[in-house]
Parts: sequence; structure tokens; C-alpha cells
Amino acid sequence: MTEAHIGVPRVKPEDAPPPQRSRPRRTAGLDVWLLLLPALVPVALFSMYPLLQGIYRRCTGAQAGLNQVTHFTGLENYQDLLKNDLFWNSFKIGLIWAFSVTFLQFVAGMGLALLLNQDLKLRWLARTLSLVPWAMPPVVVAILWRLVYDPNSGPVSGVSQALGFGQLNLLGNFETALPAVIVVGVWAGMPQTTIALLAGLQSMDDTLHEAAAVDGAGAWRRFLHITLPDLRPVIIAITSLNFIWNVNTFDLIYVLTNGGPGGRTMLPMLFAYNEAFRYGHFGVAAAMGNVMVVLIVGLLLFYLRSRLKGVDK
Amino acid sequence: MSIGRTRTRTRVGQYVALAAYVVFLGFPLVWLVSTAFKSTQEIALGATGLIPSSPTLDNFSAAIEKANMIEAGRNSLVVALATTVLTVAVTLPAAYGLARFKTILRPITMGWVLISQVFPTILVIIPLFLILKQFQLIDALPGLIIVYVVFTLPFCLWMLIGFVAAIPVDLEEAAAMDGAGRFRILISIVMPLLRPGLVATALFAFISAWNEFLFALVLIQTPSKVTLPLTLSRFVGAEGQVQIGALAAASLLATIPSLLFFALIQRRLTSGLLTGAVKG
Repeated sequence: MTEAHIGVPRVKPEDAPPPQRSRPRRTAGLDVWLLLLPALVPVALFSMYPLLQGIYRRCTGAQAGLNQVTHFTGLENYQDLLKNDLFWNSFKIGLIWAFSVTFLQFVAGMGLALLLNQDLKLRWLARTLSLVPWAMPPVVVAILWRLVYDPNSGPVSGVSQALGFGQLNLLGNFETALPAVIVVGVWAGMPQTTIALLAGLQSMDDTLHEAAAVDGAGAWRRFLHITLPDLRPVIIAITSLNFIWNVNTFDLIYVLTNGGPGGRTMLPMLFAYNEAFRYGHFGVAAAMGNVMVVLIVGLLLFYLRSRLKGVDK
Repeated sequence: MSIGRTRTRTRVGQYVALAAYVVFLGFPLVWLVSTAFKSTQEIALGATGLIPSSPTLDNFSAAIEKANMIEAGRNSLVVALATTVLTVAVTLPAAYGLARFKTILRPITMGWVLISQVFPTILVIIPLFLILKQFQLIDALPGLIIVYVVFTLPFCLWMLIGFVAAIPVDLEEAAAMDGAGRFRILISIVMPLLRPGLVATALFAFISAWNEFLFALVLIQTPSKVTLPLTLSRFVGAEGQVQIGALAAASLLATIPSLLFFALIQRRLTSGLLTGAVKG
């Protein structure tokens, strides 16, 4: 009785009369397929199929991949990879990049979100500015920062010259190229981080904060013991997504440094692109892609697990 | 008294921090605009002032001439508009179907949306390149449009399902009682109510297509078919130091449409939220 009662509101009126039940259901099913067909066909053909191909291809020695009989080589591509220093170098740089950019995005985004959550004048300006990088084409973001870092006419080098340190070529210098590029990554990724954290802050319950303030807890302690635990789901979600996006970065680096100087900013996706479209090593590129997928899937599992844990609490 | 003083001190600290953020976020943008109006001589001399000593529009004409801006802009516009129209046309029925019917396709679609958001494009792009080659869609704008539709679709679908779900079913049931067919209901009941959602979806599709770089880089070779991000990236390589002013001008021009569209989305989204709040 109760079960039926619960079930009733979910069933559409046309489905409701028991004798006719099976027929309308089936037509409804057909309707759904018809409605979805225009979306399904292109997605299946141009996105799911290539993806499966890509996963299969990693296990074949396809070079340039054209009209060639591919044979199953299993893990050979990976053995080649293990011996490839350039690959490991790129992988290492990718991890440094992804971890530092994600961490700094979180810290900077959190700071800005906390400020935007306060009743400050000129808040609108910071809010608008923090959104702009989102709307810009990544290629333009890269060009923008090339201008800022330019050794001859850029302001960074200009300040250095004014202080008597001479010209500064941040992007061309072995030691400074990666940190300089990381700053750009943080700048470009601030919007979504700030907005997600701000939304989390604004949906928080103020009463706990007020109670803690009455009990004499300082701002820092309230942040540590109330804000952070409360924001946990948002923080985990946005940092995981940021990490994945950062691992997949391509456009920014391609235009900023193209991997240089001397491979110091050769992120994994750029490495894979060069292998595939400059040297024709499609198999190596696909293998690199798969290594990144394993990394990403591992992270997703971690994310889902901590989400479930949060629900249990 | 001392509480008042610490409070003022906190406030001052907050404003200093806010100012630092404004400078970090805003300065590169100001620099781009400033460089776009500086003369070639001024840039060559290494003058690093923020305000151009003799503002000029030369860079803009040089950019339009040398960076193939008109043709690339037209290509970008064609690709972005076609992507927008096709994405909305394909997403609307699918979102409606998934929001209104219980079907096994729903969890599958949601799973696909998640996968498509996190997958490295580079892994898909190689086989995709080969498939498009079979259809002779390499180095052709229609091929690029198809790819953009397919890859903006998941997120648009996810967005639009939310908008459809927010429309009360009662209205449609009433129309069905009056004898309106499913297609009729979609056109005359759902569509008008869905306008804000459709606008948001369309603008998202437009910005994604307008800004996209990697697919265009791999798929387009002929200079007459390049999009704006492509032509900009080539301009960086080819002209290097000499044309910094023109490069800034070209970047500025290429950004204006997506900034405009973004401003539109923002207003739409906030007004949508506001009406929701009032009604709620």
C-alpha cells in the first residue's frame, strides 16, 4: 500500500491506468530514442568511436597510422616509453606543473573568495576582473603574458632594468621558465576556482560562525575549524577538476614557450602532440595519453571515494 | 577601543589584499590594451611606460593586414555560429527526452558527460583525425564544425537538462490533455519557457567554438581556412619581436566577441537566478 502510494506521483498520467501500462511505456521509450538520435549519432561516431580506437591503438605499433596493417604489440609501446628520457622528463614537468598550479589556484582562489564574501567597496571590480580570463581565448591569454614577460618591452623586465638588474627574460631562462609559466596557469584558472569557492561560502550557515565568535574564537581559528570542514566537498570537487584540467593543458604552453627553453616547459600533452603530429609517432603519443588517463582515473576514484565518505558523515 | 582598532586594521589588510588581487588580475589586461596603442618605435626603444606616449591606431591596421584577420575572423564567425545553431538544435530534443523520461540512457549520458570533461583531447584527436580523413573532412570548416558540436554537446546537454527539469510538468500534461502532440508541446510550451536556458547554452557553445585551438591546429592546414586563434598563434611564431604592437592589437580584436558574449551570459544567468528567487 505504502509502496504504491509512493509510486503514484512519479508515474505520468498516460502511464497510470494499469491495463494500458505496457504499451505507452514502449512508445515513450521509442520517443526518447528519436529525441536523442540526432545527438547520439555524431557523438558515437566522432567521439566514442575514436576514443575506443585510441585505447586500442596504444597496444599496436601504428606509426602515422595510415592504411598500415597494425599488429598487436601489447605493452611494447610502454617498454619503449620506460626507456624514453624525454618522456619521463615531460611527465615530471607535467606533475610539477599540475600540482603547483592546482595548489596555487586553490590558495589564491580561496583568498579572493573570502575577500569577495566580505562587504568591501570595489568588490565588483575584483569580481569582474576575476571572470575575464575565463572569457578570453587561451591563445590570447598566452600572447598577453608573452607581452608582459617580453625582455625588451615588457613591464617585468622594465622593472628589473630600473632596479639595475638588467634585462630579464623569464620565459627564455632555464630556471625561471617553469615558474613563470605556472604564474600564467594560476592567472588563467582563477575564475572557476574563485566562483566555486565563493558559491560554497555564500551557501554556508552563518550561525556556527557567530556562535564561535561569541565564544571568542578568532578569525583564523573559525576559518580552520568551521569554514574549511564545511567547504570540504566544494574544495575536493574544484581541486580535482582543476588538477585534471591542468594535466591536460595544451594551448597556453604551445603559444607561450612551445615547450622551451630546452624542454623545460614540455608538458605531457605538448609532448604527445609533437610525437604524433611532428614526428609521426602516433603510438607513443597514444601511450602517453593513456598514462595520463590512468593518472586522471586514479584521481577521479580518489575524488569519488572522499565524496562518498563525506556523505557517510 | 582595542577591538575597534583591530577591526580597522583587519579592514585595511583586506583592502590591501583586494588591491593586490585587482593588480594581479587586471594589470596584464591593461598592458595588452596599452601595447596595442603604442607605436612600433616606442616598443622597439623598450619604453615600458603604461601610457603610450603617442597613441596610434597603426597596430590595428597592421594586424588586420598581416595577420589575415578578416578572413580568419570570418572563418571563426562561420564556425562558431554554425556550431551554436547545430548544438542547440541537437541538444534541445535530447535534453527534453532525458529530463522527462526515465530511461537507461540517462545515467549513461551523465557518465559520458563526466568522461568527456576529463579525457585528454590528444588521445581522441589521433583516431578522430583518421576518421575525418575517410569522410574527407580534414582541412575543411564543416569537419571543424562537426568536431566542435560533438565536443561542446555533453556540457550543453548537462546544462539544458537542468533547465528543462525546472519547468513544471503540469503545463505539458494540460496541453497533452487538450490534444497537443509531443512535437507541438515541445515547440509551443517548452521552447518559450526554456529561452533563458537556450540562450545560456547557445552562448556557451559560441564561446567554446570561438576560443578553441587544438582541434583547429590539427585539422586545418590551408591558410585561407584558419580560425582566429590559429592565425594569432602563427603570428606569434612568424613575426616575433618586430610586430609586438600588431600582435597585441590582433589579440584585442579577437577577444572582443567572446568578452561581449560572456557579458551577455552573465546578465542572463543573474537575471535567471533573480527571477527564480522572487518566485521561490
